[in-house]
Amino acid sequence: MNFEFTEEQLMIQKAARDYAQRELIKDVIERDEKAIFPTEHIKAISELGFMGMLVDPKYGGGGMDTVSYVLALEELSKVDASVGVVMSVNLSLVCYGLQEFGTEEQKEKYLRPLTADKHGAFLLSEPEAGSDATSQRTLAEDKGDYYLLNGTKNWITSADSASVYIVIAQTHPEKKHKGINAFVIEKDTPGITLGPHEKKMGMRSSDTHSVMFTDVKVPKENRLGEDGFGFKFAMKTLEGGRIGIAGQALGIASGALERAIKYSKERKAFGTEICNHQAIAFKLADMATAVDAARFLTLHAAWLKDQHKPYGIASAKAKLFAAETAMWVTTEAVQIHGGYGYVADYHVES
Amino acid sequence: MKILVCMSNVPDTTTKIRFKDGNTKFDDAGVQWVINPWDELALTRALELKEGSGGAITRITVANVGLIDTEPTIRKALAMGADDAIRVNAEPLDAYFIAAQLAEVIKKEGFELIVCGIESSDYNNCAVGGMLSEFLQMPSVSSVSALDYINGAISIKREIDGGKEILSSEIPFIAIVQKGISINPRIPNMRGIMTARTKPLKVYQPAAVEPLTEYTVYEMPPAKAACKKISPDNVKELVHLLHTEAKVI
Repeated sequence: MNFEFTEEQLMIQKAARDYAQRELIKDVIERDEKAIFPTEHIKAISELGFMGMLVDPKYGGGGMDTVSYVLALEELSKVDASVGVVMSVNLSLVCYGLQEFGTEEQKEKYLRPLTADKHGAFLLSEPEAGSDATSQRTLAEDKGDYYLLNGTKNWITSADSASVYIVIAQTHPEKKHKGINAFVIEKDTPGITLGPHEKKMGMRSSDTHSVMFTDVKVPKENRLGEDGFGFKFAMKTLEGGRIGIAGQALGIASGALERAIKYSKERKAFGTEICNHQAIAFKLADMATAVDAARFLTLHAAWLKDQHKPYGIASAKAKLFAAETAMWVTTEAVQIHGGYGYVADYHVES
Repeated sequence: MKILVCMSNVPDTTTKIRFKDGNTKFDDAGVQWVINPWDELALTRALELKEGSGGAITRITVANVGLIDTEPTIRKALAMGADDAIRVNAEPLDAYFIAAQLAEVIKKEGFELIVCGIESSDYNNCAVGGMLSEFLQMPSVSSVSALDYINGAISIKREIDGGKEILSSEIPFIAIVQKGISINPRIPNMRGIMTARTKPLKVYQPAAVEPLTEYTVYEMPPAKAACKKISPDNVKELVHLLHTEAKVI
């Protein structure tokens, strides 16, 4: 076993940390409060190469491994999980899907810009098909040389800010999941309209919308893979997507932990810093242990992916545990901050 | 024009400093090493100059005096965008030794502009740049806070009492720069990180130079006393404490 990071992985982690702690942090609270999309930050991290870091250099990407990706996502999400989720959807779902299953023409046309100044969105969820991806109601009727798309997708991350969509839709309802297709579509295609910006509990500066398709014509060459490959495409892509979301949740948890430790060393009660009270020290120890466990699970899933070993179960476990840890650690961090934790200015609230 | 940025490998500025062997050596166990923050800013400025020079500046080299374990830090500089690197294979014993080694490198390689951070955050010697100037008989200016290369000449600004001094110099020249030379150190991009290992890193064997310094003992500075807060309307108490406790007035 090797628990050491490579020199490059450490440099990537530091680059992400430097950007997050120096730039991202400046207006994160305001962006979250007012639901402002981090346009300039996404542009800046694209220029640094983060938005295309997993993509083959042949298409303008960084050619980095998944372990580096987790390290970068954790550091960025420590400060702003909205930036984390935009990057994660772009890389884990859209870029990965195009790179693995797209044709050479599709990669040149759609993947290359996603490593530069554009990013993508992944449209799977529907009002009645979230985790149950087989129940797609969005129809992609085969009209000979094109498909005609009709339906609604819900809770779509980056629906407004993205320029490219990957859309999952049903072509042959009688074949159930074997009739599903995946398409790559430009966002400004006629017939696509957006619902209002969803008012979310958190990560408010990432733009989440429903997306309506009304007689949207999609050329045949925009289908990803063979006819009926869409369900497999979605399952394969989401396996890796879980690593990204685990990395993002890990960042939320470790960011909250760092803030709680810092606060506990500053705040005094009963004549000493509160970190010296066992009630707080035990909490911090439990939080730190959970964050490390989430980190190991996530990095393990990433490592399996990098070794081309099966990683579906590992990535699901990582996402489950990291997300639960993020929920629990952030609640504890708010507790450690006392009344200040409930106030948005203290960041731990978000 | 070719620029050389002299670079120290120093403990991360948040390192907890400990000593070993009866306080005669710095204990480097578990220490994270970084580019000296002043040198990192110097390199950032050098890269900016090259990018804005329209091809007039052809190469940025970083040089470090250190053993092989400094190479990861050197590669950080290459990841930031330096074109190549030189390492003089010797323990950096004191400023005189380092400057003498770097002078040999500069004589061999020939650089028109040499940029040094004003000090290193480990031993705060502040002497390498000035010594280099002497060894090489090359003009130098210290405490440089702005550095430009315009029409083949160096233009610099430095803070002086009550204002700024603007100077220019022909090349070759040594600029000893302080914070402010660049706003923030450059964050390396993915391409830089991935290509750092492929860039040339030349190793020179050290010239025969005897260091002039011997380290006898290390001591920690006295711990800072707790801060006393005095209410802004209680000037009398402040003056009293400054007089009787701090004894500064």
